[in-house]
Amino acid sequence: MATESGYYVPESSKLPLIAATGMGLMAYGAASWVVSGSNTVFLIGAVVMFCVMYKWWSTVIDENMQGLANDQLKHSYVLGMLWFIFSEVMFFAAFFGALFYVRAIVNPWLGGDAAFGMFDNTPTDAAVANNVHLWPGYETQWPVMVTPDQAANGDAAQFVGPDQSMSFPGWDRLLQWLPLWNTLVLLSSSFTVHVAHTALKNNNRKKFLQWLGLTVAMGAFFLVLQVEEYVEAYQHMGLTLESGIYGTTFFMLTGFHGAHVTLGTIMLLIAFLRGLKGHFKSDDQFGFEAAAWYWHFVDVVWVGLFIFVYVLA
Amino acid sequence: MAHGPAKGIGRWLFTTNHKDIGTLYLWFSFAMFLLGGFFAMVIRAELFQPGMQLIKPEFFNQMTTMHGLVMVFGAIMPAFVGLANWMIPLMIGAPDMALPRMNNLSFWILPFAFAILTSTLFMEGGGPNFGWTFYAPLSTTYAPESVNYFIFAIHIMGASSIMGSINIIATVMNMRAPGMTYMKMPLFVWTWVITAFLLVAVMPVLAGAVTMMLMDINFGTSFFNAAGGGDPVLFQHVFWFFGHPEVYIIILPAFGVVSQIIPTFSRKPLFGYSSMVYATAAIAFLSFIVWAHHMFTVGMPIAGELYFMYATMLIAVPTGVKVFNWITTMYKGSLTFETPMLFSIAFVILFTFGGFTGLMLSVAAADTQYHDTYFVVAHFHYVMVAGAVFSGTAAIYYWLPKWCGRMYNETMGQVQFWVAFIGFNIAFMPQHFLGLAGMPRRYADYGLQFADWNMVSSIGAFIYGGAQLMLLYNVIVTIRSGAPTSEAKTWEGAEGLEWTVATPAPYHTFSTAPEVK
Amino acid sequence: MLKRAQALFLSLLSLVVSLPLAGSAAAESAARQLNMPQGVTEVSQAAYDIHMIMMWICTVIGVGVFGFMFYVMYAHRKSRGAVAENFHENLTVELLWTIVPTIILIVMAVPATTALMKVYDTQNPDIDIKVTGYQWKWQYEYIGEDVKFMSELSTPLDEVYGRAPKGEHYLREVTQPLVIPVGKKVRFLITGNDVIHSWWVPDFGVKRDAVPGLFTSAWARTDKPGIYVGECTELCGMGHAFMPVVVEVKEEADYNEWLAGKKAEAAEYAQTIGKQWSAEELMVRGEEVYDRSCSGCHQPDGNGIPGVFPALKGSPIALGPPEGHIGVLIHGVPGSSMQSFADQLSEVDIAAVVHYERNAWGNDVGDVVQPVDVLNYKQSQ
Ligand code: HEA
Ligand code: HEA
Ligand code: HEC
Ligand code: CUA
Ligand SMILES: [Cu+2]
Repeated sequence: MATESGYYVPESSKLPLIAATGMGLMAYGAASWVVSGSNTVFLIGAVVMFCVMYKWWSTVIDENMQGLANDQLKHSYVLGMLWFIFSEVMFFAAFFGALFYVRAIVNPWLGGDAAFGMFDNTPTDAAVANNVHLWPGYETQWPVMVTPDQAANGDAAQFVGPDQSMSFPGWDRLLQWLPLWNTLVLLSSSFTVHVAHTALKNNNRKKFLQWLGLTVAMGAFFLVLQVEEYVEAYQHMGLTLESGIYGTTFFMLTGFHGAHVTLGTIMLLIAFLRGLKGHFKSDDQFGFEAAAWYWHFVDVVWVGLFIFVYVLA
Repeated sequence: MAHGPAKGIGRWLFTTNHKDIGTLYLWFSFAMFLLGGFFAMVIRAELFQPGMQLIKPEFFNQMTTMHGLVMVFGAIMPAFVGLANWMIPLMIGAPDMALPRMNNLSFWILPFAFAILTSTLFMEGGGPNFGWTFYAPLSTTYAPESVNYFIFAIHIMGASSIMGSINIIATVMNMRAPGMTYMKMPLFVWTWVITAFLLVAVMPVLAGAVTMMLMDINFGTSFFNAAGGGDPVLFQHVFWFFGHPEVYIIILPAFGVVSQIIPTFSRKPLFGYSSMVYATAAIAFLSFIVWAHHMFTVGMPIAGELYFMYATMLIAVPTGVKVFNWITTMYKGSLTFETPMLFSIAFVILFTFGGFTGLMLSVAAADTQYHDTYFVVAHFHYVMVAGAVFSGTAAIYYWLPKWCGRMYNETMGQVQFWVAFIGFNIAFMPQHFLGLAGMPRRYADYGLQFADWNMVSSIGAFIYGGAQLMLLYNVIVTIRSGAPTSEAKTWEGAEGLEWTVATPAPYHTFSTAPEVK
Repeated sequence: MLKRAQALFLSLLSLVVSLPLAGSAAAESAARQLNMPQGVTEVSQAAYDIHMIMMWICTVIGVGVFGFMFYVMYAHRKSRGAVAENFHENLTVELLWTIVPTIILIVMAVPATTALMKVYDTQNPDIDIKVTGYQWKWQYEYIGEDVKFMSELSTPLDEVYGRAPKGEHYLREVTQPLVIPVGKKVRFLITGNDVIHSWWVPDFGVKRDAVPGLFTSAWARTDKPGIYVGECTELCGMGHAFMPVVVEVKEEADYNEWLAGKKAEAAEYAQTIGKQWSAEELMVRGEEVYDRSCSGCHQPDGNGIPGVFPALKGSPIALGPPEGHIGVLIHGVPGSSMQSFADQLSEVDIAAVVHYERNAWGNDVGDVVQPVDVLNYKQSQ
C-alpha cells in the first residue's frame, strides 16, 4: 500500500515472526549442539532461516520491480547496509583489540619483562614474579611458539604451542607463502568488482557480468587457498585452535574473515545470477552495490589481518 | 488508504506498524521488569536477615545474575526502544519507521531470546551464576553448561538491538518531514539517534566477547587463560568496552524523555537546546574511552589507571550541562506538577545524586575501597532505577493519553509517585552506608554488623516493588476506563508534531508529510 | 492537589531524617558504621581523605544545585501566578557551567593522583607474602620462609543455616589468620588458583583482584597491632560470601615467635607422614577435612549436586583403587571446578579424606589408606 508521501509501508507480514522463530531455533539448537552433540534443532532453524531469507529478499526485489520502492526507500536500504557494515567493523574490532592487547600487554607481562615505573624489578615484584613464580621459563615472544603452560609444566602442559607459525618465512620462500597469494587474489578481486560496477553504471551489461563472474571466481579461489592453509596448519604445523594464544587469535581472526568472505561471495553470486536474469539498471542496482560494498569491507579487513597477523610478527 | 489495524491476534504477530510494534515492546519490557523485579525481591528477601533462610547460595548467584541481565537487556532497553518506535515517527513527521518489516523482526527476536535465557534456570546445573558482567573464567571453565544457552541468547539479543538501532538511524536520517532539520528535532529524537549509534558500535563487541567465551569453553582456545598465553583480564576489557557505553545507552533516551517533559510543564522552551545536543554527543564520545574504570582493582599499570580516572571524571562536565539546562528551563517558567513532571523532577535530583557517587567511584584510590561493595550497587540503582525507570514511568504518564485517548487518574498517579519515591530511597540510600561500612556485593550472606541496614533496604525494596504494581494497575485502569480525551494537545505547554495529530493517535499518521517551519 | 503533595513531602522529609535514629534503636549490639573506615595504613588514610574531599565537594555542589531548583519550584509555580518567560539561550551561562565544573575537576584530580601514587608504591618491601585465592579459601605463603598455609572460614554451617545461634564473629572468623608484624612494609603478591577472587582488607586500604595466572600487588604497613577483617570481593562462585580475610598484626617479637612456631610445626608434621594411622584415626580426621574442604561441593551426605558436582557416594572412582582417587585429589580434574588439592592439603589429610570417602555414607571398601601411599603416589608422578 503506497502512502501519499510515496514511501512504501508494507502490509503486515508473516516473515518477521517466522524469521525470529528461525533465529530462536538456531540459537537454542546451537547451544544444545555444543552441549549434547545433537544438531537437529539447529538444522531445522537454519532451514527455516534459509527459506525466510529467500522469500524475504524475493519480496523486496518484487516490490522494487513493481516500482513500489521510491528513491527515499532505496536510501533507507543504503543506510541500512552501511550501518550494518559498520557493526561488522566493530565485531572485528573486538578481535583485533584482543590481539593487540595480548601482544602488547599480556605477553611481555607473562614474560616478566614489563617492569617499569613504580616497580622495583626484584623477583617478588608483581611484574617479574609472573615469570619467576607462575610461569618460570616463559619468554616473551610472538608468535607464541612455547606457551607459558609448556614452559612451566613441560610435557604435562595442556596448551602446547605450534611447531611452526604462519609468519613471513623469509624472502627465499616468499612464493610458497600462501598468505601472499591470498592477499593478491583478494586485493585484485576488489578491483574487478569495481570494474564491474563501473561497467554497470555505463550500462555495459556484458562487461558487468564478465567482471562480476570473475570476482565470484576469485572469491571462491581465495576460500580454497584458505582451506588449504588450514589443512596445512592442522596437519603439518601443529597450529590448531588449542595451541595457545597464537593459534587462538590466528584462527579466530582469519576464520571470521573467511566466514565473511563466504558470505560476500554468496552475495556477489546472487547479484551475478540476478544480473543474468536481467536485473539491475544503470541507475538502480542496490542489491549489487550492497554486495560490492560488503566485498570492499571484507577486503579492508584482510589488509589489517595481513599486516597484524601475518607480517608484523 | 484510511486503513485500520488488522483484526485479531494477527494484528500483533505480523504487524509492520510502528505504533503496534512500540506497544509490543512496551508490554514486553514491562513483563520483563516484573520478572527482573521479582528476582530482586528474592534477593532482598534472602538478605532481609543474616544467614541463609530461603534459598541456597548458588541459587542466590543465579538470581543476582538474572536480575541484572533481565533488567538491563529485557526491561530498560526494550522499554526505550518501544518509546522510540511510538514517538520518533510522530515527532519527525514520518509515515512509519524506515524499515517496517525489520522492525517487527527486531521485536520478535526478544521473546525467543528471553525464553532461552530464563529456561536456563530450569536446566541441570542451574542458570547463569556469574553476575551480569560474566567475568571469565567463572563464566567459562567454571560455568554450568547452561552458559552455552546464555551465550546464544545474547547473540540473538544483540542481533535484535543492532537491527532496531539501524532502523532508528535510518528513520531519523531519511524520514524527517520537509523542514525538520537536524537542529529542529526534538531532543528525544536526538538522544535516540546517538544511542542507536552507540548500540551499533558496541553490541557487536559484546557478541565478540561471548564468542570468545564460547570458543574457550568448547573449542580449547585460550583467550582468557594465561596458561595458553591469554589473560582473564582481557575479558574484562572487551566486556567493558561494551559495558560502559551500555550504561549510557540506558540513560541517554531517559535524558531525552526528561528533556521533553520539563519544558512542557514549565510552559517554556527547553533552555540551551543546541548545547544539550552537543553534550549528548560528548557523553557518547567519552563513553568509549573510559571503560577500565570498572577495573581499577585488577592491577593495571598506574599510567592506565590515571588515564581512565581523568577521562571518567570528564563525563561530569557534559552531564552537568544537561542538569543545569533542565533547571534553567524551569527557571522563570510557569510550573505545574502533574505526575510526569514529578517523576522528571525526581529524576533530575536522584540521577544527579547517583552521578555524584559515580564521580566518587571514578577516583581510583577511593575506588579501591568502594569497588564491588554495595556503594557501587547504590550508585547504579540511583542512575538506573531513579534514572531510567523513573523517566520511563514519566514517559508512560506523559504519552499514555496520546496513545489510548484516555486520561489517567491524577491522584492515583501522584500517590504512585510518592510511594515509588519514598520506597526507592529507603531501599537504596542505606546501601551507600552498607558499602562504605564494608559489605561486598553479590553476597548471599553477611556478617551481623550489616544486619540493620539490610533490613531497612529490603523493606524499602518491597515498598518500591509495590509501587510498580500500582503503576501496572494505573495503566490498566486508564486503558480500560480512564476518562476519554480527544484533545490533540493533552498538556497545555506541550510542543511538537506528536501533539498536532488526533488523540488517540490514528493508526497511520503523516501519510502526507507535514510541513515544518 | 498541591497542598497534599506538600504535606506528603514534609512527611517524607521527617521520615528520612528519623531513619538513622530508628535504625539505631533497633539494635544496640552491632556497632554501626556509616562511613568508610579511616583504617590503619597510609593507603587507607589516603583513600579516606580523598573520599571525604569528594563527598564534601559533591555535597556543596548538590546543595547549591538542588537549593536553586527548590527555589525555582517554589517561586515559579503556576499556582502562584507565575507566567512563563520565553528565553531559551545564553551562551555566557553555558560557557560558565562548562568551565567551572572543569576547573573543579582539575582541582579534584590533584589529590586523587597523589593518593593513587601511594596505592601503587609497592617498592622495597621488608616482607613478601604470596596470597592465592582458591574456591573458597585463601592460601598465604611467606616467600623465602618456607611457611605456607590455608585460611578458611571457621563459622559452622549450622550457624549459616539457622540450626545454631549465630556467634559474635559470624562469617568473620577463619581457621588460621594471616599474621604480619607491626612497622614492617609487607608486600602482597596476589593471584588466583581457579577463578578471579579479590583480596580486601578495608583497614589497610588494600583491595586487589586475584587473577589466575597473573600477579597483582599491594602493600601495607601499620603500627597498630590488632585483628583486621576483610572479605573476598569478586564473585567467585557459590562460596563467595564465605571466604573472609582475617589478618592479625602482631608486635615484632610475637611475630617472630609465631613464625618460628610455624616452621617447627612443619618439621614435626614431616614425622607423622611415616607413621601408620589406624582406620578410626583416619575416619575422624577424614571427616574433619571432608566437611571443611569438600562438603561445599560434594555435600555433607556425599550426594553432590546433580549436574554440577558428582556424588561421591557410590562413585566408581571413590570405590575403585585408591590410586585413582588419590590422583583426582593431587591433579584435580582439568577444566572443571575440581581443583588440585596437592598444595592445599597435607599428605595426611589427603590420605584421611580418601579413606573417609571410601568408608562413609554406605561406601565400604574397608581398606586403609596411609599417608605414605599418598607420598609414594606423589613421588611416582
Ligand atoms: C545509567 C547508568 C549509569 C550512569 C549514567 C552512570 C554514570 C556514571 N558512572 Fe556508573 N555505573 C553504572 C551505571 C551508570 N553509571 C553501573 C551499572 C555500574 C556497575 C556495573 C557493575 O559492575 O555491575 C557502574 C559503575 C561505575 C564505576 C565502577 C565502580 C566499581 O565497580 O568500582 C564507576 C567508576 O568510575 C562509575 C562512574 C560513573 C561516572 C563518573 C558517571 C557519570 O556519568 C556521572 C556524571 C554525573 C554527575 C557528576 C552529576 C551531574 C553533574 C553536575 C551537577 C555538574 C557538576 C558536578 C561536578 C563538577 C562534581 N560507575
Ligand atoms: C536498570 C536496571 C535495574 C533495575 C530497574 C533494578 C531494580 C532493582 N534492583 Fe537491581 N541490579 C541491576 C540492575 C537493576 N536493578 C544490576 C545490573 C545489578 C548487578 C547484578 C550483578 O551483580 O551481576 C543489580 C543488582 C542488585 C542488587 C545486588 C545483588 C547482589 O549484589 O547480590 C540488589 C540488592 O538489593 C538489587 C535490588 C534491586 C531492587 C530492589 C530493584 C527494584 O527497583 C525492582 C522493583 C520492581 C519490582 C519489585 C517488580 C514489580 C513487582 C512484582 C513482580 C511483584 C512482587 C513484588 C513484591 C513481592 C513486593 N539489584
Ligand atoms: C569447587 C568444588 C569442589 C570441591 C571443593 C571439591 N570437589 Fe571433587 N569434584 C568437583 C567436580 C566439579 C568434580 C567432577 C569433575 C569432572 O569429572 O568433570 C569432582 C570430582 C571428584 C571426584 C571424582 C568423582 C567422580 O565420580 O567423577 C572425587 C573423588 C572428588 N571430586 C573428591 C573430592 C575431595 C576429596 C574433595 C575435598 C578434598 C573435593 N572433591 C572437593 C568439585 C569439587
Ligand atoms: Cu572468592 Cu569471592
Ligand atoms: Cu562505566
